Amino acid sequence: MSQMLSMTDVTVCYDNVEAVRNVSLSVDEGQIVTVIGPNGAGKTTLLMAAIGLLASRGSMVFRGNDIRKMSVEDRVERRLCLVPEKRELFSDMSVADNLLLGSYSLRDRSGVQKTLDEVYDRFPRLKERQRQAAGTLSGGERQMLALGRALMAKPALLMLDEPSLGLAPLIVREIFRTIASLRDLGVSILLVEQNARAALETADYGYVLETGEVVQSGPAKDLIHDPRLITAYLGGH
Amino acid sequence: MTSDIAAILAIDGIATGAVYALVAIGTVLIFTVTRVIFIPFGDIAAFTALTLAALDAKRFPGTGALVVVLACLATLIEVISLIRSGDIRLLPRALLFYLILPLAVVGIAWLTMRMDPPLAVRLVLALMLITPIAPLLDRIVFRPIADGTVLLLLTVSVALHFALVGLGLLFFGPEGVRTEPLTSFSTEFAGVLISGQTMLIVIAALVFSGLLYLFFDFTLVGKSLRATAVNRTGSRLMGIRPARAGTIAYLLGSLMAGVSGILIAPVNTVFYDSGFLIGLKAFVGAIVGGMTSYPGAAIGAVGVGILESFASFQSSALKDVIVFSLLIPILIWRSLASLHSEEEIEE
Repeated sequence: MSQMLSMTDVTVCYDNVEAVRNVSLSVDEGQIVTVIGPNGAGKTTLLMAAIGLLASRGSMVFRGNDIRKMSVEDRVERRLCLVPEKRELFSDMSVADNLLLGSYSLRDRSGVQKTLDEVYDRFPRLKERQRQAAGTLSGGERQMLALGRALMAKPALLMLDEPSLGLAPLIVREIFRTIASLRDLGVSILLVEQNARAALETADYGYVLETGEVVQSGPAKDLIHDPRLITAYLGGH
Repeated sequence: MTSDIAAILAIDGIATGAVYALVAIGTVLIFTVTRVIFIPFGDIAAFTALTLAALDAKRFPGTGALVVVLACLATLIEVISLIRSGDIRLLPRALLFYLILPLAVVGIAWLTMRMDPPLAVRLVLALMLITPIAPLLDRIVFRPIADGTVLLLLTVSVALHFALVGLGLLFFGPEGVRTEPLTSFSTEFAGVLISGQTMLIVIAALVFSGLLYLFFDFTLVGKSLRATAVNRTGSRLMGIRPARAGTIAYLLGSLMAGVSGILIAPVNTVFYDSGFLIGLKAFVGAIVGGMTSYPGAAIGAVGVGILESFASFQSSALKDVIVFSLLIPILIWRSLASLHSEEEIEE
């Protein structure tokens, strides 16, 4: 299994404060990797650095290319995509236009309609609402649109920041089912999530981030039974 | 005032407003995509009129020299920037867009002019010469401060206007120009004489607004510009480059301003510094639309044109005072409206 993303000793600063310190992690092809941790641990900062919205130090290699100095747009063209915590949808534009813009970075436009049909098959609700403005969708539908829009770019690695945030439990289950099913498409996933149990149940491998540093890592099936994690994040006693 | 006079003033106002509308739409386009309130759009319109007048007089316009100077400066800045960031592979593309294409435009215009071209070709040449100016200015002036505050961008925009006025004096001289009418046709409607030029202005404004609508709604590039305007971070995450979106917006905006310059040149004497008032009145129109709405900007600009027409009948000396006084109630209304919407968002 080849390596999709490798981050080594990555440090990210806000002014002079180190929000992420010497973090190393990797995602293999077809793998779902999760980063769990409390609020303010630096999970979102790590993803922002990975996509290029924040400057970082250390090494960042994506599919064999050093991407640390690349612009956001160049990383997206190389099929590294991020669904941010705020979704960042184009609220005044229709669902269909949002999805179409997801494919903007693709040079070969011949498969766009097919990908759009696949996204509509995966999220039938989006097809029903394709003419509706994105800003008028419910929270769950907005998350589906954000995921669908990212899939339109045919990502090799999809980074998801808190996909369950603010959603009803039923929708959260649906979203995690969708994330698990993306493995079949050959999409690798780096999942940042506060809902540690759901994330570890879906992922192959996990990292625990606390105050900007990786304090623990291992196969997700081992982490989910770790007594310390059960006490700290999984709601156990 | 009789109804006949009111009708004549209204028609005159709609025609003037249509010209402002083209510039106002360009202003909104640039602002939403780049956050720059591009004051020099009026100068672009005036320079187009002066360029066309020079071409009519079989003189090669100063615009050519301006484009060459700007292209060399923009290329220098882009090359230094690429070398610093280590993106040497992008050098050929930078040379093509910032140097070869603008120089090719000037070269084609220079060669074509020697063949004594007809009016239609001269119009195209004037537009060709004018459209690279704003994108080149964007690269030289605004791109290095793209992350600055709107106030900083506005301050630089005002400074750029004064620089362009100076360059306008250098390249075009102090004399005013009035180009030949594009048509001698005229017709009478409900007892009021309507000139072909007036009809042409309104039709051109409608056609270009319609084309812009089609561009935004039916092309991927148009949608990417709207996306950049709606959500800059979101658009970057789709691979849409804000700098490229900005260049396209400047090109389109310049084209709109250029067309307005061509339309206004036969009805008004245009000087090297006439652009300021055109730009400012279009800006008032754009403010009516909240600087974000194209139909709002167009309606506002037509309103400004009508108000100006009636104001000049009542008191020619005070017409600009009356028009710009309109800004005060609009700004009060706008600030109250935006306060209200911010409260709604917080809820």
